[in-house]
Amino acid sequence: MLDKLIEYLQFPFVRYALIVGILIALCSSLLGVSLVLKRFSFIGDGLSHVAFGAMAIASVLKVTNQMIIIMPLTILSAVLLLRTGRNAKIRGDAAIAMISVSALALGYLLMNIFSTSSNLSGDVCSTLFGSTSMLTLTHTDVVVCSVISAIVIALFLLFYNKIFAVTFDESFATAVGTRSNRYNLLLAVIIAVIIVLAMNLVGSLLISALVIFPALSAMRVFKSFKSVTVFSAVISVICAVAGMVISILAGTPVGATIVATDAAAFLMCTIAGAFVK
Amino acid sequence: MPLIEVKNLTLGYENRTVIEDLNFSVDEGDYLCIVGENGSGKSTLMKTLLGLQKPFGGEIIFGDGLDRREIGYLPQQTIVQKDFPASVREIVLSGCQSRCGLRPFYNRDEKLLAEKNMERMGIKEFAKRCYRDLSGGQQQRVLLARALCATRKILLLDEPVSGLDPMVTAEMYELIRSLNKEGITIIMISHDISSTVCYASKVLHISRKIFFGTKEDYLKSDIGKLFIMREEDGADA
Repeated sequence: MLDKLIEYLQFPFVRYALIVGILIALCSSLLGVSLVLKRFSFIGDGLSHVAFGAMAIASVLKVTNQMIIIMPLTILSAVLLLRTGRNAKIRGDAAIAMISVSALALGYLLMNIFSTSSNLSGDVCSTLFGSTSMLTLTHTDVVVCSVISAIVIALFLLFYNKIFAVTFDESFATAVGTRSNRYNLLLAVIIAVIIVLAMNLVGSLLISALVIFPALSAMRVFKSFKSVTVFSAVISVICAVAGMVISILAGTPVGATIVATDAAAFLMCTIAGAFVK
Repeated sequence: MPLIEVKNLTLGYENRTVIEDLNFSVDEGDYLCIVGENGSGKSTLMKTLLGLQKPFGGEIIFGDGLDRREIGYLPQQTIVQKDFPASVREIVLSGCQSRCGLRPFYNRDEKLLAEKNMERMGIKEFAKRCYRDLSGGQQQRVLLARALCATRKILLLDEPVSGLDPMVTAEMYELIRSLNKEGITIIMISHDISSTVCYASKVLHISRKIFFGTKEDYLKSDIGKLFIMREEDGADA
């Protein structure tokens, strides 16, 4: 089995996939803690559907670099969703549900009407659940992903204390002069960027698992914000690597395997947490 | 010059005016209690004082070099905080955030300040404990220590004893009084009229008629007598 793995690692595209997978897992887990605690878990889900819709638009317009369309649209929706979270007329969760199903439907509709591909359901399935694209990453993709991940990690470290303060108690933070709205905006933008990146790895339907599972697992066991953040990053990377290795060896779909591993880790942490207490 | 002077303030939320033409002032060392029925606008007033929302009219003047950001605030607990994984030290330290400005990390002075305030509130032994595992009274002490990190002069407390049992409530009031004796100005929203009367030096009663004055005058006023009588009836029943 190890021989088989080493044999696979000879191929550059497998190595690329592993690098990108680790980076995405790391980035998505960092913000997961804040999103879960701020009751924003669904934003990840909603945004991933928006990203799917944006991708459909990009492919209809036959844009070569789809990022140019997907990234701004997703970031825009993130900002809008965060704004409506405060608006009493349409509650935050309803707004997210509304935007996400519309984007999903619109995306599928566009792909259906304008698609030139002979294997439409295959295309849709792979954007939703992630699959082959992971193994067709080019050198440029890896570089772009690394740069963006580095920026996300740097921003997170620089604003770690502010993010904690705003997550724990927004009104106190605002009262003592922290610009809570800006940090909420920063969170929304970063999460949008991560989701667009992660779409390659696990597909748009499964992204929120990558964001929330590590945080939830860590929260079962650890008791300080720092240890929860560190552990969720560790667990996320471990699960991503394990998931990818399993999927290579067993020939299972990458995204679903990673999410299944995350779910298994959550179960283990829940059991461990029961003993800690 | 008073620490905070409120002139002809009109405030409310979502275009609905709650309080009109409010005037009062807070001097250094005061212990001001804000009382009034639910929905009378106590919390709105507090949010306006903190700058979390804008008044419809009038002005709030901060004197003696007091900056609005230097007000220590003890908010009511939110649901989010109930299962928040954070250690006591992390939370207390976050009271220093206004001192940091754009500096990303806390420096040694701020860490010392956090330690000092944890000691002051008698929660140093819990420093590494998780906030959600503490009792209600201990949690309030943590938030009070955080507020003290943000201020040298003045604390705003939003119903600091709600949900606490009588013993812990009494302890909390003693703690607040001792802070007041150390020279920290206290503004407190309260439901609990008997303790207000016991500890406050000044009272602001918000209802259709607004009363502002010393505690002694309040006890003699019609509005005060009425309110206290009703509360005592409520307590007997």
